[in-house]
Amino acid sequence: MGILVIAEHDNHVIRAATLNAVGAATRLGGDITLLVAGSNCKAVADAGAAIAGISKVLHADAPHYEHGLAEELAPLVVSCCNGISHVLAPANTFGKNLMPRVAALLDVGMIADIVSIESADTFVRPIYAGNALATVRSNDAIKVISARTTNFDAAAAEGGTAAVETLRTTPGLAGLSDFVILESPESERPELTSAKVVLSGGRGFGSGDNFRLLEEIADKLGAAIGASRAAVDAGYVPNDYQVGQTGKVVAPDLYVAVGISGAIQHLAGMKESKVIVAINKDEEAPIFEIADYGLVADLFQALPELSAALDQLD
Amino acid sequence: MKILIPIKRVVDYNVRVRVKKDGSGVETANVKMSMNPFCEIAVEEAVRITEAGKADEIVVVTVGSRQCQDILRTALAMGADRAILVETDVAVQPLAIAKLLKATVEQEEPGLVITGKQAIDDDNNQTGQMLSALLGWPQATFASKIEFTDDGLRVAREVDDGLETININLPAVVTTDLRLNEPRYVKLPNIMKAKKKPLDVVTPDDLGVDVTPSIEVLNVAEPPVRSAGVMVADVQELVDRLRNEAKVI
Repeated sequence: MGILVIAEHDNHVIRAATLNAVGAATRLGGDITLLVAGSNCKAVADAGAAIAGISKVLHADAPHYEHGLAEELAPLVVSCCNGISHVLAPANTFGKNLMPRVAALLDVGMIADIVSIESADTFVRPIYAGNALATVRSNDAIKVISARTTNFDAAAAEGGTAAVETLRTTPGLAGLSDFVILESPESERPELTSAKVVLSGGRGFGSGDNFRLLEEIADKLGAAIGASRAAVDAGYVPNDYQVGQTGKVVAPDLYVAVGISGAIQHLAGMKESKVIVAINKDEEAPIFEIADYGLVADLFQALPELSAALDQLD
Repeated sequence: MKILIPIKRVVDYNVRVRVKKDGSGVETANVKMSMNPFCEIAVEEAVRITEAGKADEIVVVTVGSRQCQDILRTALAMGADRAILVETDVAVQPLAIAKLLKATVEQEEPGLVITGKQAIDDDNNQTGQMLSALLGWPQATFASKIEFTDDGLRVAREVDDGLETININLPAVVTTDLRLNEPRYVKLPNIMKAKKKPLDVVTPDDLGVDVTPSIEVLNVAEPPVRSAGVMVADVQELVDRLRNEAKVI
């Protein structure tokens, strides 16, 4: 069985999500090949070769692979599928954008967002915002899969000694699609999907400025900041903060939901967290039904108190 | 230019879904059904593009049972001009949907296809990308802003890192994210007018597409339920419990 994992990277470093995809591939068992496609990304290919469990790295280097455009990457992935039974990528915006295009070119179905592997052809994936779990069996010759990163342990970034094979690249598809710019908010905080502690704010904050109350606590806990759709729609915080069915899925050790009522669409993105704390002034808020610790309080009073209480800890 | 809008009928987003006891799926009998919210955003965007004079015809299409006519009528009431129902009782999977849509594109020859980034039932997030691949067209997924340029579109995409902007040539497939627009409420006179707009019914056979699923659903189960937690009296108790009981701070 040959497994191909598509590395997500920025031409300098491998994204942590790739390690979770490799972790999922390891669960399948078989030779794992990592495809690193980018521009001037030899360092990434070398880092890929060091990931535990990888037997070979395919390195494709060309200007048209620089921004990970699906139109360019999908045919390349297909060309690497000789002898391959499974193709995997993380189920984030990178994998969601690319993998269906790969599957269609291979004329196979795709199994999106798997949370567990039952066998080589049978997988479990959430549907209806995680309100049901479907066990599905693929009858396709090649299984094209995206894996939910929070459900698979990351492979070790060190310890592997895979060979790196440089692929001959073909010319790009000029004019189909061009990258213009990536506007990425600067942040010193941990990445939302891999942070150990996540503090999320909702409509209850009333403004973007008020998120400072949350930031102050995030600084003390080394936490990432997330948000409900309502807070993003209202413009309090950027889109990449959104946790939920259609945003990011997180499963930190501690998730603190503040001023978030707990729509099922939000719960879909955080209910696998180990410990959930809810702070809301509405005692009827559905978020309390899934919280391990609930506090009915006005966030404008509770957050400064929480900040002060954290200062008292040793 | 003509715009094609593929839409889907799903369990309404406000419904708390229940898994069937026999594990065959979720309960959809006597449950409120609606147009997938992302598809509504797609219809709205097409109407706005047409209102701005950048397109002159909107065709909506869906794949499913006879009942799916209701969401097509809703789209017509929102401002679409014509509707196509590809009628089948098979639970058609994304690749076959994409093939049906490709056949529809070949007949209708739209300059742009806009569809929802995902349906809130299967949460697959696949059909737009697959259609784009089958057509060899560019794709702009998770769009939160669409602008027309001299030779195509400039699309802002919501990605994990923030906002990515790409330029794409037309024809193309665009999939909508939540913040692209806020769909309008349909007014009663428009609902009446929509009843007179053309709605064609075709079958997968007419389009020459085999819709047999390649992925079998073996079982659908309830997710594990989180046991109810405790309510704490104040911030001090919360901090104490997080430190000493849960040991997470």
